[in-house]
Amino acid sequence: MAPVIDIKGITKVYRVGVEEVRALRGIDLTIARNEFVAIMGASGSGKSTLMNILGCLDQPTDGSYVLNGSRADRLSAGALAEVRNKEIGFVFQTFELLARSTAIENVALPLVYSRLAWWGSRKRAREVLTMVGLGDRMKHRPNQLSGGQRQRVAIARALVNRPSLLLADEPTGNLDSTTSEEIIALFKRLHEQGQTIVIVTHEEDIAGHAQRIVRLRDGKIISDNPTLADPIHRDYLDRVARASVAAAGTAIAAREGGGAREGEGVSTGGVSDGVGGGGVRA
Amino acid sequence: MTILRLIFQTAVLALGQLWANKVRAVLTMLGIMIGVGAVIATVGATEGLKSYILKEFDSFGPRKVWMDGTVPRSQRGRVSSTQYDLRISELLYIKDNAQTIDAITPMQFLSGTVRAGDEVRTGVSVTGMWPDWHEIEKRQAVQGRPLIWTDVNEVRNVCLVNDKAIAELRLDSDPSGDFILLNDRRFLIVGVIETKAVAQGFPGGGEARTELYIPYTTAIAMQPRDTANFALAQLKEAGGADEAKAELSSILRRLRRLGGEDENNFQVETVQSVIDQVSRVATGITVAAGGLVAISLLVGGIGIMNIMLVSVSERTREIGLRKAVGARPSVILLQFLVEAVVLCLVGGMIGLLAGAGLLLAVAAIPSSPLADAGVPLWAVGVSLGFSAMTGIVFGMFPAIKAARLDPIVALRHE
Repeated sequence: MAPVIDIKGITKVYRVGVEEVRALRGIDLTIARNEFVAIMGASGSGKSTLMNILGCLDQPTDGSYVLNGSRADRLSAGALAEVRNKEIGFVFQTFELLARSTAIENVALPLVYSRLAWWGSRKRAREVLTMVGLGDRMKHRPNQLSGGQRQRVAIARALVNRPSLLLADEPTGNLDSTTSEEIIALFKRLHEQGQTIVIVTHEEDIAGHAQRIVRLRDGKIISDNPTLADPIHRDYLDRVARASVAAAGTAIAAREGGGAREGEGVSTGGVSDGVGGGGVRA
Repeated sequence: MTILRLIFQTAVLALGQLWANKVRAVLTMLGIMIGVGAVIATVGATEGLKSYILKEFDSFGPRKVWMDGTVPRSQRGRVSSTQYDLRISELLYIKDNAQTIDAITPMQFLSGTVRAGDEVRTGVSVTGMWPDWHEIEKRQAVQGRPLIWTDVNEVRNVCLVNDKAIAELRLDSDPSGDFILLNDRRFLIVGVIETKAVAQGFPGGGEARTELYIPYTTAIAMQPRDTANFALAQLKEAGGADEAKAELSSILRRLRRLGGEDENNFQVETVQSVIDQVSRVATGITVAAGGLVAISLLVGGIGIMNIMLVSVSERTREIGLRKAVGARPSVILLQFLVEAVVLCLVGGMIGLLAGAGLLLAVAAIPSSPLADAGVPLWAVGVSLGFSAMTGIVFGMFPAIKAARLDPIVALRHE
C-alpha cells in the first residue's frame, strides 16, 4: 500500500525583505499508513514549516510531496483546499473552535465544504462526537466546555471527513497534565483503530507516546528513529526514571524520619532537573 | 446544490451575526435604511398623487380636447379679452375638415332665470351647444331624447335639464314635453340628462348645479354674438393628442392668417397632454428620488464596506480555520459577499417598512389627496435590488481581502 506521506527533497525558502530564509533545506520523509509519528525540534528548526507543507496549508519551494497516492505539490489554492478537506484533519494547540457555534456545528464545519448533504453531515458529526466521548455535549458552545472537551471537539472535527492524515500541532500545549493524558489516550485509541497520526511537539513525554520520532534542526532532519531507539528520548526516560526513583527515595526517607536531611535536599534537586527538562531541549 | 446550501447557511449565519451585534448593525445599515425609506416614501407619494390627478382627469374624459381664443402675450392689455374668441365659422370649418377629431361643439354660457310653474330660480347655468356634446361629455339623455342638429339648425326653443333641475324646479320625474320659461322665453323640455360628477377645478366640476342645455343657435339668439366661450372636441383616437393639437393649430393659424412669426392667438389643449405632463413631472420626481437614493446608498455602501473590513479583520482566525478545513477562496469570498448582501437587504427591508409606514400615515390623514398612495411593486423590487447590489459592490473588496488571506498567517493572527 502506498505510504500516506512521501516527501522527497523538499525545500522552502521565504523571502523576508531582501533576505532569503531557508526554512527547509531538503527533507525526505516517508510515513506509512497507521504510523504514529512525532515531529520534534526547537523553534526555528523548521518543524512548523514542515507541518504546514504536510497539511497542504503551504507549498514547498522545491521537491515533491505525494499525499495518499496523489501529488500535493504545485496545486492551486482551490485544489489545496480540497485536499485539506478530504485528506487532512487538523488539531491545533488553541483548538480554533467557532465561538458562536455549538459542538456539533463545529464538528460538521468541514462537511459544509464537502459534498455531503445536510442530514448526512449531522449524522456523521454526531457519530464522531460520540466516539470522542462528547455524545452528551453536542449542543454546548465552546465557552460551556472545559479545555479537554474543547480539544475533543476539535479532534472530532478533524476526524469527521475520515482523513488519511491526522495532523496535530502541540495538541496538549494549552492543557493541564491530567487532561493532556486524556487527549493522548484518545490519540492512542485512534491510532489503534488505524488512524495515521503526526504530532508536532517539543514535549518529550508527549512524543514518547508516538512510535517514531523525527527530529529537525536548521531545516534538516537530524534523526529519525523508533521512539525507544531515539537516544535523546532514552536519555529523557532515564532521567525521568532516576527522578522518580529519587522522589520515591525521598518519600521513604521522609517516612522513616531523621538522619536523612542531607539526602533529601539532593533528591529534590534531582526531581526538578528531570521534570523541567531544560537539558533535554538544549 | 452545494452552493445554494452554502448561501443559505451563510445567510443564516450572517443573520445570527447581525443579531449578536444589533447596535452596530443598525448604525451600519442606517444609510441604506434612510435611503430606501426616503425613496419608497417619495415614489409612493408621487405615484399616489399622480394616480389621484389622473383619476380626476379621467373623470373629465381622456379623449377631450378644448380650444379657446387667447390674447397673445405681446398684445396683452391692448386688445379686448374677447377679441380672439373662437368664431362659429372656424368651428364649422374644423368640424368639416379636421381628420384627428370625431366630434366638436362650441360652448356658450348664459346665466338665466328659469320659471316652472310657481318655482323661480335665478342664476341658472345655461349652456348652448351642438349635439356632439353628448358624445364628447358622455352624457346621454336618460329620458326623452338628446338634442339633435334639427334643433340647432331651426333655432328651436328646446332644452335638456339635469336631475338637479328637476328637483329644484319641482318638475315631473319625466318632464319631457313640459314647458318652462327661460328668460321669459318658452322652452320645451325634450329630455333629461344625468348630473355627472366632475372633479372640482375642471369646467363643469364641483357640486352638481341646476343645469339647462339648449341649442347653440338658440343661445346666441338670446345673447347675440358669433363666437363661443370655448369649444370642446373629441380625439378620434385616445393616443392622437399630439397629432390633433398640430392639426387644429395649423387649421386655426391658417384661418386666422397668422404668419410664421406670429404667436398663436388661441390655445388647443388635450387632456392627454396634461396627463402626459403630470406623468412627466411624476417621472421627474421619481428620477430625482432615485438620485437621492443613489447618494445615500453610496454613503450606506461605504458604511457596509467599513464594517465588513472590520468583520474580516476580527474574524481572521475564523477565516484561517475555515480555509484549513477545506474552504476554497471562492467559498470564503461568497461567505463575505452574502454577509454584506444580507446586511444591505435587511437595511433595505427596514427602510422599506419605514417608508411604507410613513406613506400609510400620510394616506390616513382625512381627505388626503394621497388616500390611495401605495408602494408600487417595482419600487419594492428596485430598492431591494439596489440594496443587494450595494452589498455586492461594497462587500466585494472586503470579501476579496478575506478570500486572499493566507491560512497560515490567518491562523497565527492575534
